[in-house]
Amino acid sequence: MSKRQVKIYPRFERIWHWTQALLIFALLFTGLGLNGLHHILPFGPAAMLHSAAAILLLVLWIFATFWLFTTGTWRQFVPTLDGLFGVVRYYAYGVFKGEQPPYLKILWRKHNPLQSLSYLGLKIAVFPMVWITGILYMTYNFWETVPNAGFYLNIVANLHLLAAYIVAAFVVIHIYMLTIGHGFRAHVKPMITGYDEIDLSPEEEAYLEKDEPWRLKKS
Amino acid sequence: MRYQRVLNGFAAGLALLTLSLGAQAQQSTAPDAPEIPVGATSTADHSKFAILQRDFTSGPEVTSACLTCHTEADDQMMHSIHFTWEFENPKTGQLLGKRHVINSFCGNVAGNEPRCTSCHAGYGWDDMSNPPPRQSTVGTGWDTTLPRPTPANGQNNAVDCLACHDRSGQYTKAATLAGHPPLNPMPDGLKTITGAKAWVVDLKRAAQSVGPTGRDNCGNCHFYGGGGDNVKHGDLSSVLYKPTKEVDVHMAADGLNFTCSTCHVADQHQIAGSRYDAMATDPHGTGKPGAARTTATCESCHSDRPHPIAASNPLEVLRGVKLNDHTNRVACQTCHIPEFARGGVATKTLWDWSTAGQLDNGKIIKREEYTQSDGKELHTYLSTKGDFEWGEDVVPYYSWFNGKVEYTMPETIIDPSKPVEINHIFGSADDPDSRIWPFKRMIGRQAYDAGFNKLAYSHVWGPETDTAFWTNFDWAKAIKAGMKAAGSDYSGEYGFVDTRMYWPIAHMVAPAEKALECKDCHAEDGRLEGLDGFYMPGRNPVSTAGIFGILMVLAALLGVLGHGLLRLVSNKKQGKNHE
Repeated sequence: MSKRQVKIYPRFERIWHWTQALLIFALLFTGLGLNGLHHILPFGPAAMLHSAAAILLLVLWIFATFWLFTTGTWRQFVPTLDGLFGVVRYYAYGVFKGEQPPYLKILWRKHNPLQSLSYLGLKIAVFPMVWITGILYMTYNFWETVPNAGFYLNIVANLHLLAAYIVAAFVVIHIYMLTIGHGFRAHVKPMITGYDEIDLSPEEEAYLEKDEPWRLKKS
Repeated sequence: MRYQRVLNGFAAGLALLTLSLGAQAQQSTAPDAPEIPVGATSTADHSKFAILQRDFTSGPEVTSACLTCHTEADDQMMHSIHFTWEFENPKTGQLLGKRHVINSFCGNVAGNEPRCTSCHAGYGWDDMSNPPPRQSTVGTGWDTTLPRPTPANGQNNAVDCLACHDRSGQYTKAATLAGHPPLNPMPDGLKTITGAKAWVVDLKRAAQSVGPTGRDNCGNCHFYGGGGDNVKHGDLSSVLYKPTKEVDVHMAADGLNFTCSTCHVADQHQIAGSRYDAMATDPHGTGKPGAARTTATCESCHSDRPHPIAASNPLEVLRGVKLNDHTNRVACQTCHIPEFARGGVATKTLWDWSTAGQLDNGKIIKREEYTQSDGKELHTYLSTKGDFEWGEDVVPYYSWFNGKVEYTMPETIIDPSKPVEINHIFGSADDPDSRIWPFKRMIGRQAYDAGFNKLAYSHVWGPETDTAFWTNFDWAKAIKAGMKAAGSDYSGEYGFVDTRMYWPIAHMVAPAEKALECKDCHAEDGRLEGLDGFYMPGRNPVSTAGIFGILMVLAALLGVLGHGLLRLVSNKKQGKNHE
């Protein structure tokens, strides 16, 4: 095994991540304004920006989904119990004792089990809740003729709001997690440069050296 | 249809008219004629008609002359609400019209006819218990060289053609002569229907001037309803004789310069638009060939998708789409008439009749404690009428409205323990035909029959009688006489009851950039705060889901703060040991 600087976040993933982050912040900010929680932006401009950001994020997601499936990177999000307990134990206990983080990034698995479980949860529960309620909300005029549409709109709007708050809570925890282990800068840097320190098996290293040399930073 | 075509044809020509009546309200000489585009689009110049080359001595004589060519106009007019003052509401079956209703302004016509029917589009209606007279015999002195246009059989010369078609600008009706114009000899102190000192009308000049209706023709009555400028409607005032774009984007003299009839299209003297049977929305069409034109709604011209979505800026496109999404729930007027009584003329917002009759040592009290923005002092108390309140730039009262209106009729049993709705407007959030509409909500306090619990008629005008309230200040006599004039049973006891009356606001459309903004409604305590039964984003940030969500985020924050704090106190080396 040898530690090498390997490009594990290709350009698209980084653009995806940061664009998504920006749009989620824009959506949270404008959305909370639309909800009436703040009045930094007037309602009209907030509504337009919220819709625009939502449409952009939808487009980005369509690209990302396509990208995940064509590149096979969707496997990164397949949940595993392997090592999950160790990670949970570390965050709940070990971190206070100054223990080493129990999980090391390997080439085909850049998220720790807790991370991939959380991201999977986001992807299959929270984000769909946001999208489904958001699209229903936005297209209210197409279904307002169904009986009790006003009542359903109320439900849709409140579920959308709830989903938004779950995303907000996730963002809080997500950012905090960056401060654990390697430290904030060490965590954020790979999401900017794409390179992270990875333990490579001799076979992996040989493969990368031969077939994907661009992924290895010359040390 | 012929008349309608002529009307439409003249719309462009009328755009050239300069109306000056508004500025001349106080003068006693006849106002100057507005510029008449004779021959501009019409094939007739009435000043060349032989039958009009003479001195007329009465209004009906002019009508007789008109009817020799316009053979069906009298019959058409006599079936119009302008003449009958009667309207059967197809939605409720109620028989309405000024002839039948009691309102919260001047009350009732019965018993006060010569005063009230001064705005009647006919001559000589001085008895409400009978329909308006069809023929008038007033006037003699025809030029014997001309065929004498006395009404032929079936011809109805009590119709007042000039009230609506005079374009000389100097035709008017006297305030107290049951529809007749001021002519020589003129009673002392006579006023016109707009409250100006009366002048002698030149009927010949008026007859030769006729053309399609101008704003002055409609406005001279409709702007002065309820006893003064803008008193009644709130969105119809003398400002509309010559409004700026800010006040009315359609009627602005330096803009589109619409007349009333541009929207209130007439067909055989039936004029589109009704406050009794309102169109809360217009499902009929947008003025395409063959589409219904007997509508006077915004949608008739602007469609139900009025906001542009072809802008170059994507955000503007989103804006247009979102605004168009509102049209099936919000009337155009709601956003586009942000306030009424704009342009400098106030509207009466409260009229309390119960305080009328107070005298100062037998003398009439007049207080003028409201100053209109143009500097004019308005009455806040009159011994004849009671207490008033006024408003300018008034924020409307908003309500769901589907066009159905039910009136509290003189025979309706009321509950005097709470405010009586003179007209109840129908509609709700659950009703797909309802829109959120702006209204002027008139607050009133008026007489009622305390024995039978119904609204009371009162006899207020009639200088020579000993029952008229305005000369005798005795409610008991005035109400008894009013009930008698209307043929209504009277218990003999009267009281005063709080009333509310709703006037849909549809005029004084502001330019688009002055329309309401989203935040005016989408906010806590926004303009629609009083409306329930629907979900509107922005009005309730602390809903159950909202509170739950906020608690969840707070819990996450507290969790990470606690976690971080524990890390700090438990292991100082944490974060440095993995370099």
